[in-house]
Amino acid sequence: MSELKNKTMQEKDLKKVSAMSKIGKIVVMVLLYAFLITMAVIVIFPFYFMLISSVKTLEEYQRSIPTLWPEVIRLSNYVEAFNTGNLGRLFVNTMIVGIVSTLLSLVITVLSAFAFARLEFKGKNALFAALLGTMMIPGELFTITNYATVNDFGWMNTYTVLIVPFLVSIFYIYLLRQNFMQIPNELYLAAKVDGTSDIKYLWKVMIPLALPTLISITILKMMGAWNSYVWPRLVANEEAYQLITNGLRNAFTDVDGNANIPVQMAAVAIVSFPLFLVFIFLRKYIMKGVSRSGIKG
Amino acid sequence: MVESKHSWKAWIYLAPAIVLLLIFTVWPIINTLRMAFLEGYSTMGAVGGATYEFGIGNFKQVLEYKDFLTCLGNTMLLCVLTVPISTILALLIAVCLNAIKPLQRLLQTIFFLPYVTNSIAIGMVFAAMFNMVGSAFGGENELIITAGIINNVLGFFGMDPVNWINAGSSYGANMVVMVVYIVWNALPFKILILLGGLQSINKQYYDAAKVDGTSRRRVFTRITVPLLSPMLAYVVITDFIGGFKEYSSIVGIFGEDMGPTGDPRRLNTMVGFIYDALANHQGRASAAALILFGIIFVVTLINLYVSKKKTHY
Repeated sequence: MSELKNKTMQEKDLKKVSAMSKIGKIVVMVLLYAFLITMAVIVIFPFYFMLISSVKTLEEYQRSIPTLWPEVIRLSNYVEAFNTGNLGRLFVNTMIVGIVSTLLSLVITVLSAFAFARLEFKGKNALFAALLGTMMIPGELFTITNYATVNDFGWMNTYTVLIVPFLVSIFYIYLLRQNFMQIPNELYLAAKVDGTSDIKYLWKVMIPLALPTLISITILKMMGAWNSYVWPRLVANEEAYQLITNGLRNAFTDVDGNANIPVQMAAVAIVSFPLFLVFIFLRKYIMKGVSRSGIKG
Repeated sequence: MVESKHSWKAWIYLAPAIVLLLIFTVWPIINTLRMAFLEGYSTMGAVGGATYEFGIGNFKQVLEYKDFLTCLGNTMLLCVLTVPISTILALLIAVCLNAIKPLQRLLQTIFFLPYVTNSIAIGMVFAAMFNMVGSAFGGENELIITAGIINNVLGFFGMDPVNWINAGSSYGANMVVMVVYIVWNALPFKILILLGGLQSINKQYYDAAKVDGTSRRRVFTRITVPLLSPMLAYVVITDFIGGFKEYSSIVGIFGEDMGPTGDPRRLNTMVGFIYDALANHQGRASAAALILFGIIFVVTLINLYVSKKKTHY
């Protein structure tokens, strides 16, 4: 009798323990989600703030108890922002610089990566190592001299000055070379035997196989033009050649809050919008490029 | 090899890259070294026929310059604060993300969102959030029209509004804003890398730990962190390098004055110092750039040394 009682007690204990661990698991899960969702809200809040502020009237924005959703949606802020900042002109400038520099940069990167991945020449490894070594040097060190150089060339306030100095990226060459090296050499030798020229082989075989990397490079390069600030400010501050980020900072700057912040937020939203589109549609490529780079923009 | 006969061909492929690199990378390296060791060098002066003596005067001048010490201090402080905070937060978020199933993809996407932004543009959003309208010239009795959303939130919890970035704000408040913004900016990249690392850890380690009845904490400190250490080392090193080059996030919030109204240059950084000297005092700028390079080099070496000792491969 007592034995039986003992046994049921044990079973009860076991059940209790498993119930406890189940509750523990649920508690842990709830905490996990609570933490993640709180962090996600904090991360996303600035975007939300930007969007709701951009459609508020100045009066509503300045209330001491802020509204979490605008009472009146005032889209004319966007029109005002677009006109005040001359954003159309800046947008065209940025697109010209972005597209031209991306195309030229792709050509240079593909040719160099091909040479490093497939061709044999004296000093190849030493040269490649030296190039990688320059990646450690902060860009500001180059800027001092490049500023004087482009001045000597008479390039100040041109598209050229925004495009040419940054056409070669060692990092992109490195990225693409790694990609090219994964393509079996036998393919290349077979093509050689068939009498295919290097250029044709590059165009027909290597570029299609390395397309994802090339797309990553394109996106990062375009985003770079869209977000570049320091160099354009130094060398192209005339409005005719100004890029969008510089225009944004210059046209709507007023730290002391005298600015019409809803209009300013509308301008920020206009500049951020293309980036969101890129993010939504091309996230996969960006993440791939980013996780191998550690370089912003 | 088939190709050895055609080695000239390789140089044709490389020609465009090499020409550009010679002009915009190799020459600047040589020229920076030259200018840094010519005392008081300026390009304008050199064109005008002035000659400069060889010496280490530029370095001395830079190090004795009060502004430079401010810049160095700001940069160091930002690095020391933001690198650990963002790394720990990113690690926590990545570990939690890795432990859940529903909503994982959605949350992952949200956490990656700040990566694809313009640091000047979003800096302006943060500035608006920390802004304090109407208080700028206010005495004690003047009404604050709107205190900015952050102060509104503080007010909701019964706290006094803080002057974060406006005229008369304290250095500490400015720093808090910068740390918040830089950490917010640094999170997405770190989460991406760390989550990628977590997902590649072999599940067998965790199964073995489960069989042994190992506690969650022990699993975290003895399995997760050691196996993740290469990625941790990577994000810490890249973040330190980025941190020493901090510049545009400050421009985003404070504008090109690099400080609140009435106290410009208060938050200036090493890179800011170089840009300030770039147009007229090339010798000084070059010396500062070499010092920056030296610091980055040393920090990277230290990081590599530490991670070699601690990293588990």
